[in-house]
Amino acid sequence: MSTHRQSGRTKGTTRSSRFVSNYGMLGVLLLLCLLFAVLTVDEQHPTGERAAKTLARALKESSDATAAALQAGGVLIISRESDEARLFSRSLEDALSHGGYSRVTAISGDPAAIRSAMERLAGAGESFRLIATTEPFAPVVRAIASQIDAFEGSRIVTPPSYRWPTFLLPNNIRNVANQISVIAIIAIGMTMVIITAGIDLSSGSLIALSAVVAAWLIGHMGGESASALMMCLGSLGGILLCGAVGAFSGFVITEFRIPPFIATLAMMQVAAGLAYIISHGVPIYQLPEGYVALGRGVEPLFGIPYAVMLMVVLYIAAHIVMSRTTFGRYVYAVGGNMEASRLAGIRVRLVLFIVYTLCGLLAGLGGVLMASQLRSGAPTYGLTYELYVIAAVVVGGTSLSGGEGRIFGTLIGAFIIAVIQNGMNLTNVESYTQKVVLGLVILGAVLLDRLKHQRFRFRRG
Amino acid sequence: MTAPHSSDRTLTPLLEMQGIRKTFPGVQAVSSASFDLYPGEIHALVGENGAGKTTLIKVLTGVHRADAGAMALSGQPLEIDTPLQAQRAGIATIYQEFTLVPHLSVRANLCLGRERTRRGFMDTAFERDKTRSAFERLGVSIDPEALVADLHVAQQQLVEIARAIATDARVLVMDEPTAALTPREVEGLFRILRELASRGIGVIFISHRLDEVLSIADRVTVMRDGVTIGTWDAKTLSRKDLIEHMVGRPLEQEFPKVPAPIGETCLEVRGLSGGRIRNVSFSVRHGEVLGLAGLMGAGRTEVARLIFGADPKESGEILLDGRPLRIESPRDAIRHGICLLPEDRKLHGLVLKASARDNFALPNLRSWSRAGFIDQSHESSRFFHHVEHLNIRVSGPEQPAGNLSGGNQQKLLVARWLESNSRVIIFDEPTRGIDVGAKFEMYLLINDLVSSGKAIIVISSELPEILGMSDRILVMRKGAVSGEITDIGSATQEAIMALAA
Repeated sequence: MSTHRQSGRTKGTTRSSRFVSNYGMLGVLLLLCLLFAVLTVDEQHPTGERAAKTLARALKESSDATAAALQAGGVLIISRESDEARLFSRSLEDALSHGGYSRVTAISGDPAAIRSAMERLAGAGESFRLIATTEPFAPVVRAIASQIDAFEGSRIVTPPSYRWPTFLLPNNIRNVANQISVIAIIAIGMTMVIITAGIDLSSGSLIALSAVVAAWLIGHMGGESASALMMCLGSLGGILLCGAVGAFSGFVITEFRIPPFIATLAMMQVAAGLAYIISHGVPIYQLPEGYVALGRGVEPLFGIPYAVMLMVVLYIAAHIVMSRTTFGRYVYAVGGNMEASRLAGIRVRLVLFIVYTLCGLLAGLGGVLMASQLRSGAPTYGLTYELYVIAAVVVGGTSLSGGEGRIFGTLIGAFIIAVIQNGMNLTNVESYTQKVVLGLVILGAVLLDRLKHQRFRFRRG
Repeated sequence: MTAPHSSDRTLTPLLEMQGIRKTFPGVQAVSSASFDLYPGEIHALVGENGAGKTTLIKVLTGVHRADAGAMALSGQPLEIDTPLQAQRAGIATIYQEFTLVPHLSVRANLCLGRERTRRGFMDTAFERDKTRSAFERLGVSIDPEALVADLHVAQQQLVEIARAIATDARVLVMDEPTAALTPREVEGLFRILRELASRGIGVIFISHRLDEVLSIADRVTVMRDGVTIGTWDAKTLSRKDLIEHMVGRPLEQEFPKVPAPIGETCLEVRGLSGGRIRNVSFSVRHGEVLGLAGLMGAGRTEVARLIFGADPKESGEILLDGRPLRIESPRDAIRHGICLLPEDRKLHGLVLKASARDNFALPNLRSWSRAGFIDQSHESSRFFHHVEHLNIRVSGPEQPAGNLSGGNQQKLLVARWLESNSRVIIFDEPTRGIDVGAKFEMYLLINDLVSSGKAIIVISSELPEILGMSDRILVMRKGAVSGEITDIGSATQEAIMALAA
């Protein structure tokens, strides 16, 4: 069994080098993140609970004498009318009353409401040593306080600010992930299609078709008062129709040997046309408020958006399918050498048919997700998205000539595109310039891939 | 040079290459090569795969630049950095894969890159003249306006040669020129090569077909492990000598045939028709090697593909152990234990980008998987079992199949079909493009297979191989069986050719 042991050792080294060549783009992604982190370092103002805690701590750290005076002097907490602000107000009130402050009052609302509430408090003879509010709201509060005599002597305090990259704020990262989820989910199907040496140009149009059909179905099943079941059924309708379009592409490609480029180019037009016909060319808005749960909802425990969770789950599932199942192996084999695969007894046409159907279904899911994010279905959704999807796949290291590529590579590719867009937005790069940069990045990624392959070129004759 | 060198030429060599060395990262492709070519000479360059022939030729044609060594053309020092410089120096190369543009006419191909314009338009009259004169010098008649895609392989090759002539080439390099030709076409090609040589052109002829090498070449240079080990006069060299020079050790026996006990009829084919195949019937028994001989295009591969379900058959019956089978796809054939090792391994056999293990596993995955999930530990253990058993030289399961040598690729495919319990194995040109050493191993493997009762069909264009390894020979001509040779002991190449032509 000497062969066994020997190759067991080489397996380890080839594994690690394979990881580098498969996921080398991960390094590029991390470098980009680092770059934008450095470029976007800025004064940050905490919000919500965190703001309350840092403010309470800051007050406690002031000298004993002033602390005692402050504690006796009363605190007025002023906040805006929003979830985050309410959280700030409630947490601060909590922390201060437990911290020995005698009189803690909280008011919230728009500037007009604040003014009248403060006037009412002044009228009742109340005065406060401290006014606590958030940094963005402070100028407004300061202006109002200066106009009311009772508050003229009050000190306005805000949570201390800190320096941190805007790019790395949890909110921003959440946004990046949420925004790329539609493209990333569709890119799973596109990766499989491209591994078979095919292409699917209809994905963008299928987003629109799916969004419109889902919205139309829900509109006819109760509209804004549709039940959760109806929303699911409507969405499923949109997804399944896209699956059917994908299946039709697959059928045409395998039965009539029409090149995938042509077949899916045709279906791109058909799907776009259908979306306009069904919606009469106008967005469908009759969707229940609850419909946004999928697209905008956030999981309560760690604050991860549902769309991102869905994306991650799908990527893990797709990775397992591609690396552990016979179907996945067949997809690579068919893309690497269709005739050899057929002669090895693989049902090549079935494999291709399934791959195009899957790609359609995932595009449908992307459309539903977009409809949920925007709470409407419009035939203009997803325009040219197929190009972003293909770009994500290619940047992720999947070769357009088929037979090789990795699912997680595509996720990295999608994130590279998202991070570049987001980073350029944060650093105020013009949107026209952004396009130029994005194009060059795609070109660079493919070039890197080419270089990687050239190392294996030389062989003896 | 230590080798016998019976040249009494007083001429200056047309081409001299001295002490050529070329190293690629990690590989010394050519470590010391010297080669000369006289005007009017046909000089063969032979060696096993990986011996460095192609690299040496690529140095000559400007594809690679030598690390060391010198070249001279007609006594003048020769510096070649690009293929274009080689062309300008009068060195024309005809590669195994033709470099013609299929959807352009013969004339356009012949003049490609050397078009002349008149008042801004292409000068077609000039091109027609040039094409006609090149064809006249070759003594062939091909319509200059025909599309290259519509020509036979042999005609396409003539177009390539004509193109070389049209550039006034003095050195013509031909890499495996006969691989795709029928014997008659080979004869035609040899006549043209001799004709060109008689006009002072030097021809470098690279081939694996040693019989052809010995019949066409004036001298033979053998390369082994990146070194030119010697040059011999073709007239004084035997096939056995040549092989021994190539492998570097004495050769006891080229075909180690061990007859196995022959059992009942295993596979029977009755009245098989489809495509160009008409009414083919034959049978193979357990433990028997049936040789399938014939010219290229006689329909041997097509018969194999029909049996295997790779092409649709129009009529005919296929029986296994007396039971009729329904075979409509390769999948059906595999399920019944019939397998095919295709002639073109890279095109029809392997997924080159995929790993050795994946290629091995492809048809067997279904039986190893549960609910679609592959049992990877079982897969690995089966892979290593066969690697050891068949002595497949592979760096590990993840090595891409495309990086394996021809012999190991072939063994990998054999392993795949052994794993799927095949009972009938059809080898289409089993030793094409593989080394002499690997060939020998392949023959031993065929012995093993028949001794375990499998029925083997060997399709081969190498008549010595067919004669050396078969128990019985079936000869095909124009899509039908033209004869059968059962007395293998007294069979000759001539007897086969009489039935084939």
